[in-house]
Amino acid sequence: MSELIIKNGYVFDPISGIKGDKADIAIKDGKIVDKVSAKAKSIDANGKTVMAGGVDIHTHVVGPKVNLGREMRPEDKLFRGSVRGGIVKQGKRMEMGFSIPSTWKTGYSYARLGYTYVNEAAMPPLMAPHVHEEIRDTPIIDISAMPVFGNNWFCLEYLKNKEIENNAAYIAWLLKATYGVGIKCVNPGGTEAWAWGENCVNIHDPVPYFDITPAEIIKGLIESNEYLGLPHSLHLHGNNLGNPGNYTDTLDTLKLAEGYKAKNKFGRTQVIHNTHLQFHSYKGNSWGTFGSAAKEVMDYVNKADNITIDLGCVTLDETTTMTADGPFEHHLQSLNHLKWANCDVELETGSGIVPFVYDKDSAVVGIQWATGLELGLYAKDMMRVFITTDHPNAGPFTRYPRIIKWLMSNKARLATLDSMKGKAKVIAATDLASMDRELNLYEIAMMTRAGPARALGMSNMYGSLAAGADANIAIYDLDAKKLPTDPELIEEAFSKTAYTIKEGVIVVQGGEIVAEPPNHTVWTKVTMPENTQVMRDIKEKFTKSYTVNLENYAVFDDHVYRPRAIEVDVA
Amino acid sequence: MPKVIENVGCPYCGCSCDDVRVTVSDDGKKVLEVENVCAIGTEIFKHGSSDHRIRKPRLRQPDGSMKDITYEEAIEWTAQHLYKAKKPLMYGFGSTNCEGQAAAARVMETAGGMLDNCATICHGPSFLAIFDNGYPTCTLGEVKNRADVIVYWGSNPAHAHPRHMSRYSIFPRGFFTGKGQKKRTVIVVDPRYTDTANVADIHLRVKQGHDYELFDAFRMVVNGHADDLPDVVADVPKEQILEVAEIMANARFGTTFFGMGLTHSDGRNHNIDIAISLTRDLNKVAKWTIMAMRGHYNIAGPGVVWSWTFGFPYCLDLTKKNYAHMNPGETSSVDMAMRDEVDMFINIGTDAGAHFPIPAVQHLKKHPWVTIDPSINMASEISDLHIPVCICGVDVGGVVYRMDNVPIQFRQVIDPQGLLDDETLLNKIADRLDELNAQGA
Amino acid sequence: METVTMTLVQHPELYLECYSVTPDLFAGKSLAEIADLPAHEGKIVWKLGDFFKFDGKSGATAAETRIIVNGDVHKMKRFGQQMTAGEILINSAADMYVGCWMRGGKITVKGNADAFLGIAMEGGEITVEGDATNHVGSAYRGDWRGMSGGLIRVKGKAGNDIGTAMTGGTIIIEGDAFIHVLTHADGGTVIIKGDVEGRVGGQMVKGDAYVLGKILYPLPGFKKVATVEKECDGQTYTFDQYIGDLGERKGKKKGEVIYGNIYLKA
Ligand code: SF4
Ligand SMILES: [Zn+2]
Repeated sequence: MSELIIKNGYVFDPISGIKGDKADIAIKDGKIVDKVSAKAKSIDANGKTVMAGGVDIHTHVVGPKVNLGREMRPEDKLFRGSVRGGIVKQGKRMEMGFSIPSTWKTGYSYARLGYTYVNEAAMPPLMAPHVHEEIRDTPIIDISAMPVFGNNWFCLEYLKNKEIENNAAYIAWLLKATYGVGIKCVNPGGTEAWAWGENCVNIHDPVPYFDITPAEIIKGLIESNEYLGLPHSLHLHGNNLGNPGNYTDTLDTLKLAEGYKAKNKFGRTQVIHNTHLQFHSYKGNSWGTFGSAAKEVMDYVNKADNITIDLGCVTLDETTTMTADGPFEHHLQSLNHLKWANCDVELETGSGIVPFVYDKDSAVVGIQWATGLELGLYAKDMMRVFITTDHPNAGPFTRYPRIIKWLMSNKARLATLDSMKGKAKVIAATDLASMDRELNLYEIAMMTRAGPARALGMSNMYGSLAAGADANIAIYDLDAKKLPTDPELIEEAFSKTAYTIKEGVIVVQGGEIVAEPPNHTVWTKVTMPENTQVMRDIKEKFTKSYTVNLENYAVFDDHVYRPRAIEVDVA
Repeated sequence: MPKVIENVGCPYCGCSCDDVRVTVSDDGKKVLEVENVCAIGTEIFKHGSSDHRIRKPRLRQPDGSMKDITYEEAIEWTAQHLYKAKKPLMYGFGSTNCEGQAAAARVMETAGGMLDNCATICHGPSFLAIFDNGYPTCTLGEVKNRADVIVYWGSNPAHAHPRHMSRYSIFPRGFFTGKGQKKRTVIVVDPRYTDTANVADIHLRVKQGHDYELFDAFRMVVNGHADDLPDVVADVPKEQILEVAEIMANARFGTTFFGMGLTHSDGRNHNIDIAISLTRDLNKVAKWTIMAMRGHYNIAGPGVVWSWTFGFPYCLDLTKKNYAHMNPGETSSVDMAMRDEVDMFINIGTDAGAHFPIPAVQHLKKHPWVTIDPSINMASEISDLHIPVCICGVDVGGVVYRMDNVPIQFRQVIDPQGLLDDETLLNKIADRLDELNAQGA
Repeated sequence: METVTMTLVQHPELYLECYSVTPDLFAGKSLAEIADLPAHEGKIVWKLGDFFKFDGKSGATAAETRIIVNGDVHKMKRFGQQMTAGEILINSAADMYVGCWMRGGKITVKGNADAFLGIAMEGGEITVEGDATNHVGSAYRGDWRGMSGGLIRVKGKAGNDIGTAMTGGTIIIEGDAFIHVLTHADGGTVIIKGDVEGRVGGQMVKGDAYVLGKILYPLPGFKKVATVEKECDGQTYTFDQYIGDLGERKGKKKGEVIYGNIYLKA
């Protein structure tokens, strides 16, 4: 039996309430245990920071739109450093791409940052076999994927008729068919409208033909989610993303959660996870009057304890935007004129892709950058506020260490602000320059592992160092008692772990990949009585409207790799 | 008792129809009947159980004859030659499942060679255009359910994609298109009067090789410069251009399906590129999408698989081992063969012997040549080594990508009777290369 | 300025990638160190010294280093890749990517140069005394930022894709060109002294093309607006000025629409 003990590190584990005390972490057979025998192999973590493996609640790493992004951007693989990607081969396979890394680079890079589980934020159900092929080819990190429902014809019809039970039964069926983990909703109704070249710009803007509003879709999906008691809540990307003045729409959207309470056995407390809030927190009525509404939005979020959010911080890089919000990407290409991909998916969803250069000398970009950080700094309950970049939309996930640096160091924030040409405008349109809060390592641990794991309903498996959890551990070369005064050293420490351990196996040592054990596909298996009405509806839609046969639609079992089911029973 | 297998995928054209019914013999070794499928698809299923199928690898002997060898010997021979070659090329994948394409990526990365697929001689220019201008597209069901204007530009589905018009584009009655063909306007742009043009409402006989000019003209109209149009563009009169532009701009949902007529005439990628520009323009006033009429049932597959593996869909240079490089014109198979730039060739799931220019074949023929293919073809007959494998969709299932990049799960219908599938074979070659590399290091 | 002369002693069997042959990498190195620089032939990593013998000496910096390449190097690619200063003189034909991603300095090729000459060039000067083929001063695949500065002069003819997605700098083709000149350009100047088959300025947002010969198939998206006198590579001619591509989007400056121009010798 394999045993490992990590000795004398400064441990930060919000799940078990350890706040930087020196402690030993024992591992046996891939799980965290209370103690191990004297024969256990030991790792000296003296002077280092120990946290559970990171959990990314919202990232785009596998699937058709991510991959079309890779395909359409050969220049994303051009010279960076001495070779492409700047990384020499260390694992079994080469690592390619900057903003949209290859699957191998994705797995290796997350592992180097100390992350061991990530949640793919948008799986078009029809394309699920593609998502699972990419999961197979992503090393080390466990992956779950959320099918998108907010523009799905079944849901639009059931919810219009207020048939929550039927909608829930359909969702349960689709989670099994796609091996999905939970309910994603992107620009509810707006992407269906985009199939006709239109959009739903606020929550009361009705969806063409289906005659339902985004507000009704969101409430219906919350109710369906809680009816089923899924591990995760509704995961929402609301309407009107990215536009000046959209924060009022965001507040309207968040208020839809009022009166709902989470019902589940997984310890999840929220009913909406609102993703990449940065893109939804803008003031102004034009790009000229553009400003941050982080304070207004966070004032609401801080009070509403049935909501969680992730930041979606802008990293100031050249990157690739990609979302199931088809009309948004079309709008974006009309602004920056760069290449544009779009893919509307029959009966289900759509997507768009546009490269984007977040030029730090543009005032709008500077304001976006400040907004994302402000959200984190205005937050009161860090177990409900998570670090993301909506990878790769606001920047690649490989920049998480930089976000952490900015959140932990006012000096670093001011230095970046100082380097911006539009500095004066950014200062005028945001509060950032006057915010001196600096987050501590315990808060960072909440925002990057404990919090996201709890919001996903998986804190018994991930993001935790309590006995029984998976032995996923990150050890950073950071002396928690003597944090460096140079913020760059914080970024560096979070960029390459001293060790990353995945299910008890050392996968990264000294920032280098040393092993690549197979990953898991995490999904939610709902058991409930068969709903004959829904099964009939499914058959009918496949006969009449889909172009793939029903029998070939659900992912074949042998096209899902190393599945790990979260079980839910609905009586 | 014969068994009926339903929902079988057809391993022929890019329509990747998944509604075939195949009846097989009790022992699972013979295909007895195939339904719902075009003639050519039937042929493939029948061939799968033909008595004349090659079932053993064959190695050319000093006297020129071919001798049966074992799979182990074939794997060893291939791995040794890959290991020795400075710049081996693996090309093909017109009839390979994605699992096989992923294994091929592993082989060529391990070998440090070149990896390319048939797109290089058909829809490669479409990739170049996608690189430069993006790809506003949709799945075929969107066309079926919504489209009221269909353009076939330089493509002739009546021949190349027999069920395209009936399953996806012109004839089906979809959710918002209950009247089927009656409510659809079909426009064909082609210098020839094709069978597809025959069912069109409007046929524009564009001057051969001058599609680019015609696209430019449409873009002028959409962007408000109709007044500056010359009287005739690429043999098409101004009135007809205005009429068709009007139909396009008023579409509720339009789709342009383009084919080799654009990718194989002068300017190649630029013809697609400007077609994409027109699609972007039309989205300012209507809803438009565009789609490449990919030829084979999984020729979209390698582009998808290699993009997640390396970030490039084709023309891969993996010789640097630390990173991949791609630049068609340099790293494309035909260009390299014409320049005599590779020193070993693996033809897999295609027939380079028949499709490449003769001087290219002559250059390749000077070096070791392996053909991995279920059938005998020109490539297999000039090879040093022919390794037969399963036919995807017949002896082995797997994931394939339809022309709209929708993954379709193909099924196995008959017993492979000892044949290896591409994935297994290639992984064994890669395992052996790993050993050779380790010994060499 | 110091000079390193490299003389071919061994032909590669396939093609050799000479990305190490730049004043930047030669500067400050001894001849032995230079001979040790890598060059790829397929997956084999050779040393430059396996193919060339070296004489002379390099300067302390790139700007003080001149490289003379002797022997037939038409099977060698990537001379001067990403160079920032100094000079390279190639006394024969060269293969693809001469001066690719070049930022400064000077390259002269006495013979022909193959495809991707000066792609994504930012500055400096390339002269080819023979012919060039396709993709002279064009962008790398997918990049919307093509050649942005510098000068490429081809004394012979060229193929297709001259200055694709160009944003600045000048390309002069003294002979004929085939198709696609300044396609997708957003700036820059291309001068063709011979004839062009067609597709000059397609999808062009901005930029200037000068054609002293004929355009066999002009694009519909260009319309004649004036006849002007203009200087072109040191000489003044009368040109018919066409603006376009009217099918492409256009930017505005001080309220006025900015077009791309074709100046066709009257
Ligand atoms: S259209 Fe193509 S895929 Fe469909 S049955 Fe015919 S040959 Fe097969
Ligand atoms: Zn997202």
